Amino acid sequence: MSKYMLIMRGTDETNAAMMASIDELMATTRRFIEETVKAGVFLAAEGLDEPGKGVVVDFSGETPVVTDGPYGETKELFGGFFLLDVASKEEAVEWAKRVPAVRGSKIEVRRVPGEDEVPQDNGAFVKEGALRESSGRI
Amino acid sequence: MGTADVEAVWRIESARIVAVLTRFTGDFGLAEDAAQEAVAEALVSWPLAAPADPVGWLMATARRRAIDAIRRRTALRDRYALLAADEEIDAEDIDPDKIDDDLLALMFVSCHPVLSREARVALTLRVVGGLSTEEIARAFLVPVPTVQARITRAKKTIAAAGVPFELPPAGERRERLDAVLSVLYVIFTEGSTATSGHRLLRPDVAYEAIRLARTLAALQPHEPEVHGLLALCELTAARFPARTGQDGSPVLLADQDRRRWDFSAIRRGLAALTKASVRGLGPYGLQAAIAAAHASAPSVEETDWDRIVVLYEALGRVAPSPVVELNRAVAVAMASGPAQGLAIVDELIASDRLPGSHLVPTVRGELLARLGRRPEARAELELAARLCANQRERSVLLRKAAALG
Repeated sequence: MSKYMLIMRGTDETNAAMMASIDELMATTRRFIEETVKAGVFLAAEGLDEPGKGVVVDFSGETPVVTDGPYGETKELFGGFFLLDVASKEEAVEWAKRVPAVRGSKIEVRRVPGEDEVPQDNGAFVKEGALRESSGRI
Repeated sequence: MGTADVEAVWRIESARIVAVLTRFTGDFGLAEDAAQEAVAEALVSWPLAAPADPVGWLMATARRRAIDAIRRRTALRDRYALLAADEEIDAEDIDPDKIDDDLLALMFVSCHPVLSREARVALTLRVVGGLSTEEIARAFLVPVPTVQARITRAKKTIAAAGVPFELPPAGERRERLDAVLSVLYVIFTEGSTATSGHRLLRPDVAYEAIRLARTLAALQPHEPEVHGLLALCELTAARFPARTGQDGSPVLLADQDRRRWDFSAIRRGLAALTKASVRGLGPYGLQAAIAAAHASAPSVEETDWDRIVVLYEALGRVAPSPVVELNRAVAVAMASGPAQGLAIVDELIASDRLPGSHLVPTVRGELLARLGRRPEARAELELAARLCANQRERSVLLRKAAALG
């Protein structure tokens, strides 16, 4: 078993199509989430606000530069995700096929490695642990 | 489409298909057989030509196989007439609320008290979990024909006992729900402390139990103990990444690197525990609360052992057992000192309530070692190693005994 993230990827056109039928889409999405909850695979899901309301923090230079959207050359934008706990990659893909999505959009299926796959002597891991310790509990 | 793709669709749909067919034919065994035939056909035909609507294909094929089977039983002409009269079961037409009740009924039938414990486990994994016979055999380290025989016998028993496909009547509800919870917990513990074999943990087996517990919690949201069981499983599984060393040997709670605990599983477990706490905790909720006390402690020393002692006392009242008593002894030893813990263990031994278990000498050995009574401690740990069936645990016990000189 593994966690998989189903990442919604949309373009300006698919986002516009989505907004045009937002009520219906929200209802079907709720039904999809209910299905995953009853199947015991649902962990989390979130949808993002319109890309135009976001900003980009760009690290190409010496210091981070903040710019408003839109996002330059990027055609497909991350619009939201479902995090599922499934038995196999194939099952994650099968659920992805059932996500209510407008024509033209895409869903990227990516595995989330488990805690036991993180190398024990990994520097970042040790740092994160120290942070958890110094900040109290979890 | 490959085998894994077929299996993925099956995992998601099998319980629903069996539930619908059982409701339709009134015959659980027949429905299960028909569903199995459908997936067997899918495994052959989908890789050659994938259907446009896999879910509809499975349902239609299973239904046809059910009709074939009924046709062979001449005595049941009426049922065939019923089926023929209503030719299409369209997935879209299935009432979602009805399906929830059918899924729940499926769980209750699979965990019915007329069945042996082994049969309940096998049937639940196969029918509700959608696992193949081979997967169940692997999960419980038994031969495939054994699992096959258990399932066949279970279906016959259900038919012979005339177990109805319905939610249990109000009077039996509590007891029957407890039976379902206990089956899920048996599956979970098989994954979290393998009773035999050379691996300590089998997370895939534990995962099946968690998945089924989540389903049950979604279908029975107002049953605190369902959330209690889910919380217990999530919080226990959260420690899996830290429970074995790189060589697969067990790492005790005290020595675990707590940074390796799965913190999102802990958060889910704590959320489930909150739902379990609405009317006072039951046995699973209490065990979950104990697991939560560990999960939210930064170290063994900083663990709220007094609270854990109180929780074990409460657990001992609602679900008395010598194992609970033994765990209470460990908690008391941590809260008040090893001598107090040892007194409880010695009472357990005097009453001979846990004969033949490696756990008693394991704990006794630990407590004696902490008291500096090394030769006695060593003898206890060696006894524990002789009684222990898990090879990984045994070698840890022997190492500890040897370290005592």
